[in-house]
Amino acid sequence: MTTEIDRDHWRSAVKFSPFYNKLKDHDMVNMWHRWAGYTVPTVLENTTFEYFAIRNTASLFDLTPMSKYRIWGPEALDYMNRLLPRDMTKLRVGRVAYTAWCDDEGMVIDDGTVFRVAEDEYLLCAQERQMEILKRNAIGFDIEFEEISDEIAALSFQGPVSCKILKNMGFKDIETMKMFDLRYFDFPGGEVMISRSGYTGDLGYELWMKNEQAEPMWDAIFDAGKDYNIRPIGGNALEIARIEAGLIAANVDFSPANETVRPGHAKSPFELGLDWIVKLDKGVVFNGRRALLKEKQQGSRFRFVRLDVEGNKTACNAYLFDKENGKNIGYVSSAVWAPSAKKNIALGFVDMPHGKVGDIIWAEIYYKKELKWNRRWAKCTVMDGPAWNPPRKTKTPPDDF
Amino acid sequence: MGPPTKGNEAMKKYDVIVIGAGHNGLTNAAFLAKAGLDVLMVEKNDYIGGASVSRNLHKDWMYSNCSYVCSLFRPEIYRYLNLGKHGLQVVTYNGGFSLTDCGDYLGSYSDHDVMRREIQRHSPIDVDAYDRYYTEMAKWCRFIRPLLLRTPPDPTSFKIRDLDELRFLAKKFGELGHKDLHDFMRFFTISVGDFVDQFFTSDLIKAHKAGSAVVGTNLGPYSPGTAYVLLHHYMGDVDGATGAWGFARGGMGAVAKALAGAFQEHGGEIRTGSGVEQITVKNGKVTGVRLENGEEIKADRVVSNLDAKRTFLGIMDPKDAGEKVVKAAKKFKIRGSSGKLNIALNGIPELSALPKDSKLIQGDFHVVDNMEAYERSYDEWKSGTWSKNPYLDVLIPSLTDPTMAPPGKHFMSVFVQYCPEKVNGQDWTPELVKQFGDTVINTIAKYSPNFKSLIEHVEVRTPGKIEEEIGLTGGNIFQGELSLSQLMFNRPFPGYSQYRGPVNGMYMCGSSTHPGGGVMAAPGANAAREILIDMKISTTVPEDEGDD
Amino acid sequence: MTDSNKNKYDAIIVGGGHNGLVCAAYLAKAGKKVIVLEANSQVGGGAVTSELCYGKRISYCAHFLNQLNTHVLKELNLAAHGLKFAARDLSTVSLDRDGDHLILTKNSAKGGGITKEEAVAYKNFMMLIHDYAKTLGFLMDSPPIDIFNPDWDDKLAALKLGWKLRVGLGAEKMSELLRMIGMNIRDVLNDEFENNKLKGALSFDAVLGTHTGPYSPGNFLNFLYRYAAGDSGALNIPEGGMGAVSNAIASSATASGAEVRTDARVRTINVENCAVSGVTLENGEIINSSMVISNANTKTTVFDLVGTRHFEADFVLRMTNYRMRGAAAKLHIALHALPDFKGLSKEDLANRLLIAPDQEDVERAFNHVKYGETSPSPMMEISIPSLVDKSLADNGHVLSATVQYAPYALKGGWTEEAKAAFLETCIDRIAEYAPDIREQIEHAEILTPKDLEDRFGMVGGNWHHGELTLDQMLMLRPVPEASRYALPLDGLYICGAGAHPGGGVMGAAGRNAAKAILKGEVK
Repeated sequence: MTTEIDRDHWRSAVKFSPFYNKLKDHDMVNMWHRWAGYTVPTVLENTTFEYFAIRNTASLFDLTPMSKYRIWGPEALDYMNRLLPRDMTKLRVGRVAYTAWCDDEGMVIDDGTVFRVAEDEYLLCAQERQMEILKRNAIGFDIEFEEISDEIAALSFQGPVSCKILKNMGFKDIETMKMFDLRYFDFPGGEVMISRSGYTGDLGYELWMKNEQAEPMWDAIFDAGKDYNIRPIGGNALEIARIEAGLIAANVDFSPANETVRPGHAKSPFELGLDWIVKLDKGVVFNGRRALLKEKQQGSRFRFVRLDVEGNKTACNAYLFDKENGKNIGYVSSAVWAPSAKKNIALGFVDMPHGKVGDIIWAEIYYKKELKWNRRWAKCTVMDGPAWNPPRKTKTPPDDF
Repeated sequence: MGPPTKGNEAMKKYDVIVIGAGHNGLTNAAFLAKAGLDVLMVEKNDYIGGASVSRNLHKDWMYSNCSYVCSLFRPEIYRYLNLGKHGLQVVTYNGGFSLTDCGDYLGSYSDHDVMRREIQRHSPIDVDAYDRYYTEMAKWCRFIRPLLLRTPPDPTSFKIRDLDELRFLAKKFGELGHKDLHDFMRFFTISVGDFVDQFFTSDLIKAHKAGSAVVGTNLGPYSPGTAYVLLHHYMGDVDGATGAWGFARGGMGAVAKALAGAFQEHGGEIRTGSGVEQITVKNGKVTGVRLENGEEIKADRVVSNLDAKRTFLGIMDPKDAGEKVVKAAKKFKIRGSSGKLNIALNGIPELSALPKDSKLIQGDFHVVDNMEAYERSYDEWKSGTWSKNPYLDVLIPSLTDPTMAPPGKHFMSVFVQYCPEKVNGQDWTPELVKQFGDTVINTIAKYSPNFKSLIEHVEVRTPGKIEEEIGLTGGNIFQGELSLSQLMFNRPFPGYSQYRGPVNGMYMCGSSTHPGGGVMAAPGANAAREILIDMKISTTVPEDEGDD
Repeated sequence: MTDSNKNKYDAIIVGGGHNGLVCAAYLAKAGKKVIVLEANSQVGGGAVTSELCYGKRISYCAHFLNQLNTHVLKELNLAAHGLKFAARDLSTVSLDRDGDHLILTKNSAKGGGITKEEAVAYKNFMMLIHDYAKTLGFLMDSPPIDIFNPDWDDKLAALKLGWKLRVGLGAEKMSELLRMIGMNIRDVLNDEFENNKLKGALSFDAVLGTHTGPYSPGNFLNFLYRYAAGDSGALNIPEGGMGAVSNAIASSATASGAEVRTDARVRTINVENCAVSGVTLENGEIINSSMVISNANTKTTVFDLVGTRHFEADFVLRMTNYRMRGAAAKLHIALHALPDFKGLSKEDLANRLLIAPDQEDVERAFNHVKYGETSPSPMMEISIPSLVDKSLADNGHVLSATVQYAPYALKGGWTEEAKAAFLETCIDRIAEYAPDIREQIEHAEILTPKDLEDRFGMVGGNWHHGELTLDQMLMLRPVPEASRYALPLDGLYICGAGAHPGGGVMGAAGRNAAKAILKGEVK
């Protein structure tokens, strides 16, 4: 962090993203919340409209508050390979990977995306702060790292027409970018980085730029997309999309291991349904390896489930049971009515061995009707994947609309 | 146990006499009275409160002249004794800062994001470390807190209750697992200096965090065992906010006043100006107390809220106490290391480093900005003198609590670490007391140009003065040092950690017993629970009720 | 290099310090093919005899043999392998400027103004200490109890401990031990004694080899530790210096079939596919084995020999936080003739001499080291071994002293000038008691904690390779992930002082490591 902090910084508790003024222009409801020190919109106009921009046209979400780190040096690959459970030798320059990372106990600290921007340089983008983790991992490695959260402005540009709009903006060959590709493009003020990635389970891109390029970029997007009903969106709309896409969130679906105080309250990648990122046989040591090997042999405590919930009442904070009025076997961590899948869905955790695909489990749902609390039992089916996973998410080149 | 019998006062026999109307004595007495016992509280001073006292020593100023903030006070006790009804209000305060020698400051902000930026302002690399630090502290607070309102087990005992309690502890440790146990042991044994070194690089941040860890101890920031004392200052909470500190509205005397109110509501009787000369014992059983004026008062049970040394070496016949207890009491460590200045001010002192409209001044501020200076001030104390560059914890309660000083005027409480019991082996003289006071005032004046001109009255309290006035041996603010050898079942000493004294019917309820000092009231409550168990009365003394 | 020697060895032991040799000897006795690789030209590590100047030799690091594990002594038959004692069960003489020296044995105190009552008090106190030491001492003879995942041995040991505490000691002494275990030596001594000289001498024993002063909580444990190890801490001097001990162990090891190679400095411990595969020597030679046992400092092993990348990050952080601060320097003086210590005969001088007149002095000496300064008036433990062992000096005498305190990181660095100045300080300090010593000096040198690190691999200059504090003992030593001698890397073990039960020329760590490794194989 190179930014000098003003001695008067305390006069405002919140920070303002470089997109703040632009967002403010679209704000009709004045609903904001804090995210990593920044004030960000919860809703700008209407959550449903904002959500449908993600699925129908194109949406803009301010990603600036994400924790961003740059890691570089001769041993950057070795460093990343020890930090992350994925096999980082497989991540080529110009590619992005979703990953989680663990502590020695094999418990997930956070998840995020890692960008290989050069042979010996990576960017790491995470929900929570990672300096302490990067610091302890750096002992004995010939690398350097810095936090660049405040130096990089970022936009998540998601939706079926996002590629078309970027093409309109003159980003040449952007349609040839595959899922998880990253490329640099010319833009006034210097190159910007664009990755085909997102948190919506849909076609989309993330744009990374200098703070001073934020407003010009915003204007350029609106300019190029004026025919497509682009919408800036708040956190609520994104939340629906990510649950629909079956993606987990730190501090919602799991408690970051390094911030977890109570013994046994953290979760392993296996327990978060992230088996596929753990490469136990990659031949080098990575954090959590020994514990995860053991867990693989001895079995996990919980299973992550994506549930199709009967009825239309969302299973927020519901307990899960093996049968109606049966034994409590788990709980729901995220739940929403999925507007595109047209399903009542939930993400949650059940004790092993419950929760295999197709299993029926029960949720006890509490909900209010005109201030009066009701309770109902809802039959839930364990789904074999996310409720929303359209082919256009990965199709290359993407269709225009 | 029926209502108190009226009749000839001289013949009257109480169920229980509690000696010393400090907050623990009052808590103890209140719980006993609430259980229906006929309880008499005797206090040597003309006022109650012990070290939780507000005194009107200068015009319209109210001084919390011993303890001055409130955080550790157990919420369960507040609730069960209905202290709100008796006028106790604990108000959180915010702010606080450390002043640096180069004219800057490190602020304590309650807003997490602002706090992070403030850390970043001084040392970017330490920002996330700050969160890690708090996660670790939260871990140990959570571990320790449920133990506060429990009686420690006797590790040598085979009694079912002790074995159960040992099993409870073993289970808690078991839950920690190998690595957390290591961290815990480490935390319990290392110095606060080493502890903060694990997290921070900035000396200022280290000193800011480590400050409270040596408060009231006879240790330096690099002495092993001081990290735990840090926890002792963190594990409190106000309205569920762990680590938050507050003022008792009206000064710390309000705590005592409310406890006394609860006690009297349940029929308790308080006699001030009644110092106890001796706990009377006959045939190995307590019979009552003899006051300094010769009066004898009878009771089946006597509870001493005095420190272990004063109790066993002062108001008990050594023959009654027994050789072992006398020896153990002599070994009890209760050395004072803190002084205090209470100052009446004509206005708010200006601090050159602080922005004019900053609210930080409502919190406590410190003036040591590096660990070495801190440790060196400890070396001075070891060599028998007060620190020339002392650690100060300065608070102006009247900025938060309007009852403490006349409008526009202020009360300033200055806690000073280190200050010896005796100066180079000699008793304090008025001249030395003045010099000590001047050291402190000049230290503050270095950072505040108008400070001296605002002073209207100063009360200087050395450990000796604290001992003389409220009876804390050596002036030790915790009624016994908080070292590994004097915690849990070792407090005050092995075999006597369960609040029972060496003779039948004799009990202890002061901070010399588990869980130790601070205005926590847990020792008093725990002792009441044990007494009620002995009397086979169903007890209403709460255990920890936080679901955590 | 070829792979021809693959699996030629069942185990490679890195470092021929006494623990490495002990470990090798036990493994060899159990039929394992082991090789010990020692960087220097002689084995022994910190238990070594080196030439001081022409015709004079000296125990270069450790100089008393007071903690050698009795099982090691017997089981490895060290007497048959040449270990002889030049002196046994020495007394301690705490020096007094005016010649009123205090003489301490295991159970008696005389001189130095000790009253009869105090001599009795001393005797009683030492009896108590020995009781405590015996109660806990057995823990040193086996791998630490694993309380979270106990096997039968662990359960048995836990029961034994409980029995010894509760029944052996009795309720009263047990609770007293639990009270005292975390205390500082000063408070303990002030509770028991009046005599400053006595308290000074005893406090020195508690702070010796530590980074603490008498006021520092926790060092009563270090005091206890002295008497828990070896033959109740009896002070012995081996014939031929401490190197003779190492040579005897090496001889025992080779007799059992172990190979010992000197001048074979290991450059790296090699890792393949998340498991050790062998070592590479400084000269490039590769020796393969699926088991490597490091007798090097644990930090050195993890950070330098293996490399942190082969371990997980939390473990690395924990290792980083493993405290090993040394504050002792070693002083060596070659003497033309014995200096005159007022009031001490030649026989008296053969004992352990202390300069620690008062525990407040010890604390004052400690104050400086906290700030990276040397003590202007240091404390010392002095031995003149040539009085009992003629083989050490062809003529004249050699004097060896452990000096406290000197910081590892001196403010301004350990320049030649700084070292010379501290050497002068030390000699001046001895001259306070033996004014003519300067005239007798043929050669004098000082090893600072930094030198101890450079010469003996004692990181931070701490000769326990990790401070002995409650949180770095038993199953928490060096760190929880490695407390049973296996580091969290397949095939890698430690057998040095950095592991339980710690340092001093004890051999217990080496023996326990061998035990744990052999037991692991059976499992």
